[in-house]
Amino acid sequence: MKILVCISKTPDTTAKITFTDNNTKFDTNGVQWIINPYDEWYALVRAIELKEKDPSATIHLITVGGADAEPIIRKALALGGDEAFRVNADSHDSFYIASQIAAIAKEGAYDLILTGKETIDYNGSSIGGMVAELLDLPYISLASKFELDGSKATIIREIEGGEETAEVNLPVVVSAAKGMAEQRIPNMRGIMAARTKPLKVTEPIAVEALTSVTSFGLPPAKAGVKLVPADNVDELVRLLHEEAKAI
Amino acid sequence: MSVLIFVDIAEGQVKKASLEALSYGAKVAEQLGTSAEGVVLGTPKEDLAALGKYGVSKVHHVNNPALDHLDAQVYTKVIAQVAQAVSATVIIFPNNMDGKSIAPRLSARLKAGLISGAVALPDTSNGFTVKKNVFSGKAFANISISTPVKIIALNPNAYPVKAGEGTATVEAFNATVDTPKVKVTSSTKASGEVPLTEAEIVVSAGRGLKGPENWGMVEDLAKVLHAATACSRPVADAHWRPHNEHVGQTGIAIAPNLYIAIGISGAIQHLAGVNRSKVIVVINKDPEAPFFKAADYGIVGDAFEVVPKLTEAIKKLKGIS
Ligand SMILES: Cc1cc2nc3c(=O)[nH]c(=O)nc-3n(C[C@H](O)[C@H](O)[C@H](O)COP(=O)(O)OP(=O)(O)OC[C@H]3O[C@@H](n4cnc5c(N)ncnc54)[C@H](O)[C@@H]3O)c2cc1C
Ligand SMILES: Nc1ncnc2c1ncn2[C@@H]1O[C@H](COP(=O)(O)O)[C@@H](O)[C@H]1O
Repeated sequence: MKILVCISKTPDTTAKITFTDNNTKFDTNGVQWIINPYDEWYALVRAIELKEKDPSATIHLITVGGADAEPIIRKALALGGDEAFRVNADSHDSFYIASQIAAIAKEGAYDLILTGKETIDYNGSSIGGMVAELLDLPYISLASKFELDGSKATIIREIEGGEETAEVNLPVVVSAAKGMAEQRIPNMRGIMAARTKPLKVTEPIAVEALTSVTSFGLPPAKAGVKLVPADNVDELVRLLHEEAKAI
Repeated sequence: MSVLIFVDIAEGQVKKASLEALSYGAKVAEQLGTSAEGVVLGTPKEDLAALGKYGVSKVHHVNNPALDHLDAQVYTKVIAQVAQAVSATVIIFPNNMDGKSIAPRLSARLKAGLISGAVALPDTSNGFTVKKNVFSGKAFANISISTPVKIIALNPNAYPVKAGEGTATVEAFNATVDTPKVKVTSSTKASGEVPLTEAEIVVSAGRGLKGPENWGMVEDLAKVLHAATACSRPVADAHWRPHNEHVGQTGIAIAPNLYIAIGISGAIQHLAGVNRSKVIVVINKDPEAPFFKAADYGIVGDAFEVVPKLTEAIKKLKGIS
């Protein structure tokens, strides 16, 4: 079985979000980069678990990003995974990124393509669906459980206020949400091994971006909290009812 | 030319996020001087003509039992057929669980630029630009689409439902429907509960509650407010509450009218998922808790004393005894 895991880099979750160049660029000054949590904690770890059950499985990783994405993909290799691709391109357009991933995926004829639920910076939740369409494969989004029996996958996905169980035969594209696996910490052996694992850098295929960022902005700051004494909850209820009109 | 809105249904019922998408789509159509039309797949239990109230003149109904469960691959091909038949230039989805499955596929299929997580109407003064959330709600971006056909996935609770007068003409649409490859074998729905992403009011609690046995008072408060319940990440990780209640940067992002946070410190990763709530109330015994900085109203106090009193005070307001 061949598995492809899509890895993206995102700013550390505590990073201060500011913009430069007249609010058209994210200010990366002093930003620590991490593997997008959904890609690491759920998609990649689930792939590793599947390989632990079936040692004949291979795990390939892919990231679409510039040279600054290299430490991230190495860290992913340290967690697990046999080899990695980096498509040397920097883009925020989901269709552009998905097209790059689909091109590599087509070559590799993967049985399972895993993405994270969403990138925590761009919040598109789109790449998985686009890759699936470009490859004409079934897609299950926001999966919280993934079990495999031969070539039949049983997948639980989140729906509004509940969950749905579905069966599908491989190959399939799945986006991984919380519940699919438990976060792991890379060990020394993995880190050492990652240094020698193959990382292939390829140039992007020609694709037109469909969208572009015009500008960024920050939400207006809150006016400040109105504190109500703990022994006067009636006052809080009055404020919520009359002033905020929230209840 | 037309604006096409995907009307997501669950067990035959039109979801609230779909009503928002319809209201939004009707407004976009008005901006563009064209008509708004809806598309419904599967077997609805509601009268589709009534969707006219939300501003659509027509509803295209693809009635096929193969569409009763979501297979995004099959849905995408069907919606693409409808979109082409009505020459849709803008296609709108609710950015809910189903929308997130289908909209990206349709975007790739039609080579139509997609903005997912839209929070405002498009700005058409210079091209076509839509505001969306980025950095898990810590910022927004204006994204422009350059393709002739444009797809917008509208965030839940970002645009109000506007119901007026009117009925829509319902037309059966004859589409080619593939056999789904995804077979849905079961679904569970927490009965009677308000789905978190659709809730107007959310009552949420954190590690300050000490243990799962103390959630009774949170549920009581949620009940009188007709609210959904949520929790911080450590609470879900410790299995005090189910995973699908976890809100934040790595959980569900919500934007209710009112968010009540009880015994939650207000870590940046938690705030990322809830800071788009219109009104935030924080109950915490520590006056230094960072959450107070992001709150509109707050009580510094012991949750075990404050929350039951708050429930009683709301009962009084609502005349419930
Ligand atoms: C990469 C990453 C992603 C993360 N994603 C998320 C996420 O999505 N969502 C999330 O929630 N967290 C997330 N976290 C964790 C986050 O950093 C915090 O650790 C977490 O939100 C803290 O949860 P808490 O507020 O419930 O607990 P604590 O921080 O322990 O706070 C408990 C609070 O309860 C108060 N309290 C105690 N007793 C009482 C009482 N009797 N009455 C009233 N108040 C009381 C205390 O004063 C304190 O403020 C993430 C962390 C990382 C590193
Ligand atoms: N630049 C990228 N390179 C590789 N995979 C990516 C990239 N961007 C996003 N992905 C994958 O697609 C998922 C969804 O991303 P998004 O649609 O941007 O929210 C992420 O969780 C990753 O698994």
